This record gives sequence, C-alpha cells and structure tokens, in this order.
Amino acid sequence: MDYFLELFFGGLTRGSIYALIALGYTMVYGIIELINFAHGEIYMIGAFTALIIASVLAMAGMSGLSVLILASVIAVLYSACYGFTVEKIAYKPLRQAPRLSPLISAIGMSIFLQNYVLLAQTSDFLPFPSLLPDLDFLKPYISFIGPTELIIVFVTAVIMVLLTLLIKFTKMGKAMRATAQDRDMAMLVGVNVNRVISSTFIIGSALAAIGGVLIASHIGRINFYIGFIAGIKAFAAAVLGGIGSIPGAVLGALILGWTESFATGYISSDYEDVFAFALLVLILIFRPAGLLGRSTIQKV
Amino acid sequence: MKIYQGFKQSSVLALWFMFLTFPILVIRVNTIEKVIEWRWQNMFYIGIGSFVISFVWRYLMKKTASVNKRSDSEKTESKPLIQRLQEEPKIYRPAMIILGAAALAFPFLLSTYQVNIMTTALMYVVLALGLNIVVGQAGLLHLGYAAFYAAGAYTYALLHYHFGIGFWTALPLGGLTAALFGIFLGFPVLRLRGDYLAIVTLGFGEITRLVLENWNDFSFGPSGISGIPRPGFFGIELNLQQATIYLYFLVIALCLFTIFVVRRLQNSRIGRAWLALREDEIACQAMGIDKTKVKMTAFALGSTWAGLVGVIFAAKTTFVNPASFTFLESAMILSMVVLGGMGSILGVALGAFLLILLPEYLRAFSDYRMLLFGIIMVLMMVFRPQGMISGIRRTYEYHGKETDHYETPAGR
Repeated sequence: MDYFLELFFGGLTRGSIYALIALGYTMVYGIIELINFAHGEIYMIGAFTALIIASVLAMAGMSGLSVLILASVIAVLYSACYGFTVEKIAYKPLRQAPRLSPLISAIGMSIFLQNYVLLAQTSDFLPFPSLLPDLDFLKPYISFIGPTELIIVFVTAVIMVLLTLLIKFTKMGKAMRATAQDRDMAMLVGVNVNRVISSTFIIGSALAAIGGVLIASHIGRINFYIGFIAGIKAFAAAVLGGIGSIPGAVLGALILGWTESFATGYISSDYEDVFAFALLVLILIFRPAGLLGRSTIQKV
Repeated sequence: MKIYQGFKQSSVLALWFMFLTFPILVIRVNTIEKVIEWRWQNMFYIGIGSFVISFVWRYLMKKTASVNKRSDSEKTESKPLIQRLQEEPKIYRPAMIILGAAALAFPFLLSTYQVNIMTTALMYVVLALGLNIVVGQAGLLHLGYAAFYAAGAYTYALLHYHFGIGFWTALPLGGLTAALFGIFLGFPVLRLRGDYLAIVTLGFGEITRLVLENWNDFSFGPSGISGIPRPGFFGIELNLQQATIYLYFLVIALCLFTIFVVRRLQNSRIGRAWLALREDEIACQAMGIDKTKVKMTAFALGSTWAGLVGVIFAAKTTFVNPASFTFLESAMILSMVVLGGMGSILGVALGAFLLILLPEYLRAFSDYRMLLFGIIMVLMMVFRPQGMISGIRRTYEYHGKETDHYETPAGR
C-alpha cells in the first residue's frame, strides 16, 4: 500500500508540474492557435534565473525563506518578460501568415533560447539549491510523500484556483475568452486583442517559471536541455485534455503524471516516455478532440 | 523628428534587452568554488547590438509591409523573377548543364571530406523532397519524419546483422518497410486534423526512438549496430576514397530519380488530389475524392523516400544508433521544406543545401552555429514566410480567341 501511495503522490507531483506548463500551451493555443514550442524553454529560463539569483543571494549572506521568495519572484518576472518578448519578435509579425510559419518560427526560437543559455551559462548540470523548507509534521508520512512534493501539489492547486478566478471573473479574463472564441469579433467589440495576447503569454510564462522553480528544487539539478522534454510532455498533456480547455489541461496533466508514475513503478522504468506518448496516441485515436475538448463541427 | 523617434525607440529596446539578458548573460555562478563571475562587458555588447539591430529590424519591417501592400494591389500581375527564370529555357538549360557538369566534376576536384558533406546534403535533399509530399503537397503537418528515416536505416542494419543481406537488396526493402510504417501510422492519423496530427506524429517519432533505445534484444539499445558494409560495386573491392565517390554518385542518382518522380506526381491525378486536400478538406470530399486513400498514399509515398535514404545513411556511416533520429532531426527536415518554400522542388532542395552546408561551413563559429541557425529560422519566417522560392501553381490561362468558336450562333 505504501508503494502504491508513493507512486500515487509521485504521479500527482509530476502531474502538477506538467499542469503548470501545460496551461501556458493551452492558453496560447486557445487564443492564437499556435503550438508555442518555445514554451518549454521559458520554463528552463525560469529555473535558471531562479538558480542564479538564489546563488547570488545565498552568497550575499541571505538565507532561508527570503532567498526562496525573492528568487522565485525574480524568476517569474524574468520568464514573463521573456515570454512577452518572444511573442513580440517571433509570433506577432506572423499573425496573418500561413499556419506553418509561426510553428517553424517557434521551433527556431526554441533552438535559439536553448543555445543562448548553453553559451551564456554552461552545458553541465548545475546543482539547484534546496530552497523549499522541511516540513516537520510530514515525518510520519515521509515514506510516500516528501515536503517538496506536498509544496508542489499545494502551490499548483492554489495557482489553479487563482487562474480560474482570473479567467471567470475579471475583465481581462472575459476579454481572453472572447478572443479565444472569435478574434475578429472581439476586436469589433473593442477588445484590445494585442494586449490580450501579450497578457496570455505573460501569464503562461509566469506559470511555467513557477513550475520550473518547483521542479528544479524537487529534482535538485538543471541544465539547458530540461525544457525540451518537459515542454513536449506538457504539450501532450494539453492535447490529452483537449487543447484550449483549461480544466482539460489540468486533467490531462494529472492523467499523464499518474500514467507515467504507475507504469514506471509497476512495469518498467525504461519506457517512461513511451507510456506517455502511447497514452496520447490512444486517446487521440478514440477521442480526437481530447478528453474535455469540444469536437467542433466544421462548417463550410 | 522621425530620426529622433527611431533613436528613442531603439534606446528603449536596448535598455529592455540589457535588462532581459542580465541574469543569464552577466552573472555566472560557479557552484563548486562558490564564486560569482560578473561579465558586465556582455551587457554592453547587448546594448549596442540591440540598438543597431532594432534600426535594421524596423527598416526590414517597413519594406516587408510595403511589398505586401504592393502585391495586394497588383494581385500577382507579374511573376516573380525566380519563377520567370525557371520557365525561360534560354536561362535554365545552360544552368542545368553547368550544374550537372559541376556535380560530375565535384568529387574529382575536391577532398573526400567535401564529398562526404555534399553526399550528406544530397541525402537531405531527398529527405526534404519526401517530406514535401506530406507537408507541402498534402498539407499534413508531420513532426515525426525521422522515425521513417530510422526505419530504413535499421532495416538495413538488422537485415545485414541477422541474415547478411547486402545493400542492394536492403534498399527496396528499406523503402518498403518505411512505407508500411507510414500506412500503419496513417490509420490512426486519418481522423485527426491539423495540430492533433502534428502531435501524434511527434509522439510516434519519439516512441520509435525510445523503443530503439530501450529494446536491447531487438535493436542493441543506445550503443547501436556497427559494421554495416558500404554498398558493393559489382563485387569489386573499393578503398575508402572510391567508396565515398561511389556513394556520392549513388545519392546523385537517387536525387535525380526523386526529383523526376516528385515532378511527375505533382501534376498527376493523385498530386492534384493532394493539393485539393491541402486547400480544403470538405470541398475536396465533395468533389468525390477519397480522403482516406489520398492521405494514406501521401504518408506511404512520403515515407518511402525516408526509408531509402535511411538505408543509404546506414551504408554511409556504417553505424546506426537511435541518437541520429531525434526530434531535432525531424524538425530540421521540416525546416528545410518550409525555409525553401513548401511545394517548390527547387526551393526545398535549396533549403536542404542551405541548412546542411551553412552549419558545416560555419564551423569557424562552431559554438554559435546552432544559435545562428535558430535566429535564421525565426527571421526567415518573419520576413519571408513563403520560403525562399515559393511553389509555382500550375495555371490555366483563358484565351478569348480560342473560345470564339464555342460561341456558336445557336444561342442567338
């Protein structure tokens, strides 16, 4: 039973991280129908910024929780700025272009950002300082859930609630939903579409950065390549749940996390990624619009 | 006034980029010795660089916008220069002859190393042309093309390892395996549209690579299979240099064959069906085209080329392992198609040459070549999204004179 619970919480943790990244994909896709391949790189940059800032602060003599909060805030801020800039450079000029063009541009951006970090920093794995506090009350349950895991799940849950509130009840959220439904129509009724798109990128990137900081302190080391596979899996999670749908992204991410966790725990750890992709392919064959996606009827 | 404004904009941008690149480019933390390296000079370079680049960027933006406006008003009255060149026999015939002569003389004039690079580039031309069938002509976004490439390479490697089968037998078999793979993938894919298709092909590509990496009994895992023989030449033993040249001509032959087949396909019944499918699926079905069959043929035919090149790749390197067939490989081939210009044979070939030869000759900046590569991809899409050479649509012109006799007086 302990083993089962360990896998269960392991899957939940993974799923939470995927969810944080997948939300960025799904929001951007919902609004401009673009697979933002550079999104995984934003997550990586978030983790790197947090690492650098945390090391500088730690060497400057600060300690504990203040380092954690300051580093996270700066990482989130920087990632949001990167997301904003990437959109302005690589996607905005391509709004009217054929659908493949922004995708290629995104792949180019992803390659660029990877190599930018590789050249500016290092190709080695860097140890990530353990910033998250130890929670003493967890001692009796340590065999299946650690403090970092609990924090990750908790933080993700809080963010999900905040995001849902933002989209349901604020003016910006309303504008986002309108833009997602019909961009031209939204423009006609006075929504500043450019600003909506920018803020979507900013929110998505900020979420990815939070995911980056959390997973980096959970695993304890990062390099320039972590964004790629995380990005692809998060995208798979977004598609699984039905791309464009926010609860779908979370559901897809959790299912993906559990699938990976249980499959590696009970079957074989070599095929971890295969299970993820096989699940994706199977779901898409039987439910082409994803789990929660509405299958739109194409009209002429 | 205008200059002043541009100056202000550029200064703001420079400051923005200096801020943006600050933590990653300026600070480097040595986590072992616990020292921080501050590289302020980088911030200075970024500031100057982005200041200058922003001027160029604005100029190019204005130019692209004005070109778009012009083409909107003229509605393709005059054909672009490159297209006129392609249609003018006085120009393209001598060009073809010179190109052919250069291709023939190439391996005898330059070193084995150069010939090797050229062979690789030509292999990618074939790969890109194959993917062009799926992406450029049928409009199905395919992100797992490397899997089919792997299918061909492993077919040869495994058949040789287990049964000692030679290159010439493996070549068609490799193509066949890849085509079957394509049909196998085609089944689930048929129901999907657009980006879902993209992600399934991507997933399929990754699954193939991971299985090859982990199924040790079948594919020998990450260490791969070595000792694959080069192609035989009527039983004559060739030394390394001769073998390289031989392979070069083999690939040239395959390249010409591919171009021939692709050209014939383009204007065939099935080629037109692909085009219709790309433009509008529903209208295409309404015209009585079997969507399933057409998509399937696109996948199968596109994959065949990957299989053939896969066999040649295995023979060229005499070694295969899963690391050669990553997603980056698929993305690279896709970029060739898109950069060159989807649907245009000349463009795709040019794209392949550019993307292989550019990094090869940029080795002087070997650290920076992937960085430049990424930048070029983005810039190309921003300033010339149709690719270097856009595909030529076959047009049928209406001549008033010829139709005169159709207007018979019967109607009056």
